[in-house]
Amino acid sequence: MTAFWCLVRRDLRLAFRRGGDSVNVMIFFLLTITLFPFGVGPEQAILMRIAPGVIWVAALLAAMLSLDGLFRGDFDDGSLDLMILGPLPLEMIVLAKCLAHWLATGLPLVIVAPLLAVLLSMDGEGFTTLIGAMLLGTPILSLVGAIGAGLTVSLRGGGVLISLLVLPLYIPVLIFGVGAVDAAVYGLAARPHILILGAMLIAALPLCAWASAAALRLSVE
Amino acid sequence: MHRFANPTRFMRYSAAVLPWAAWATAVLIVIGLYLALFVAPPDYQQGESVRIMFVHVPAAWMALFVYTGMAAASAMALIWKHPLSDIAARASAPIGACFTVIALATGSLWGKPMWGAWWVWDARLTSMLVLLFLYLGYMALADAFDDPARGAKAAAILALVGFVNVPIIKFSVDWWNTLHQPASVIKMGGPAIHLSMLAPLLIMVAGFTAYYIAVLIMRMRTEIITAKLRSLQMSRSERQS
Repeated sequence: MTAFWCLVRRDLRLAFRRGGDSVNVMIFFLLTITLFPFGVGPEQAILMRIAPGVIWVAALLAAMLSLDGLFRGDFDDGSLDLMILGPLPLEMIVLAKCLAHWLATGLPLVIVAPLLAVLLSMDGEGFTTLIGAMLLGTPILSLVGAIGAGLTVSLRGGGVLISLLVLPLYIPVLIFGVGAVDAAVYGLAARPHILILGAMLIAALPLCAWASAAALRLSVE
Repeated sequence: MHRFANPTRFMRYSAAVLPWAAWATAVLIVIGLYLALFVAPPDYQQGESVRIMFVHVPAAWMALFVYTGMAAASAMALIWKHPLSDIAARASAPIGACFTVIALATGSLWGKPMWGAWWVWDARLTSMLVLLFLYLGYMALADAFDDPARGAKAAAILALVGFVNVPIIKFSVDWWNTLHQPASVIKMGGPAIHLSMLAPLLIMVAGFTAYYIAVLIMRMRTEIITAKLRSLQMSRSERQS
């Protein structure tokens, strides 16, 4: 288990020393949402109506943006080969890297999301649900994304391909994430949506780790 | 199953099956289309436009069936390293994508007179569209590798991930929004469709399945011959150098 946390700490330290990723993902998230009032007009009623969907779509795109770097650096300099040879199972390595990826790029999105909800004049009831849904939903994005990143890590132009592979798989997270916030805004029960998001996270933990490890084994062959 | 791992044996058997599948396709689709277009009665509500169903429904079923077959072949390729299942999975993808496009296009033509719109963001339509994207992603990934064997393996992993995800996408999209009519052929208590319409529908399904088998065999044979040709050319250029 210590190896697991060492890996998480190492990846986080790399992410923060490089500095760019977390901040860039947050700026991208803010920027995408800023585009919407320009695109659909500044009427508060419209913005309020589309706020949950817009925030979730922007979060999906922002999470996808940083996926290419998930295994790329370790693959290019050969650390990935060493990690595979090490005692920690590859599935656990994938989970550690996903955890670090989520802490570095997913958690910042959750933190700025309420601010954006205010900008899009979302109702107060939606806030806590939005945070809860994003806390459950964004780790799924990292986990599913790890499959796409693992499959394309040995390809030169892998970055574009990832979006084609991963975005269709993100649709359920989007549906239930938006469903939860919409339900809360309209005074309905958000609990079922949140529970399904939780179930998807629990299912994604082993399945995505497994599939992503299989993809990585293939990529380093 | 491993009896067919030998490409020579597969070539011999498939050459024997291919004409049967091709003739079955032609005969079944001609009979099915005749029954569908001239014999089957027009619908009491939808009139003549209901006849689109006889192409639309089989195509939609085949789109799902081919994906299931692709996932099964991918699982066989990953578990038993069966050499032909890789080829079968890769050969299936474009066929399945075509069926998906046919189902979407005929559905769109049918939707215009019935719902008054070429496209609505309904659950069934949207999940078929997502299925098309899964097919496209599969094909893009399989072609992205220089080494076809690695491409096939990567695509096999993706096909299985997609197979787990297709029901999830389907149900999540179902709860999200729906306008499409519910299933009326396969359901509890027998089909809710009269025999005069059910018979041509089932004949068309059989015809589409025969078509899939015929085209799959053709594509697999082409793939095997191409691989053989490539290795012959490689060995010849090695001898010359």
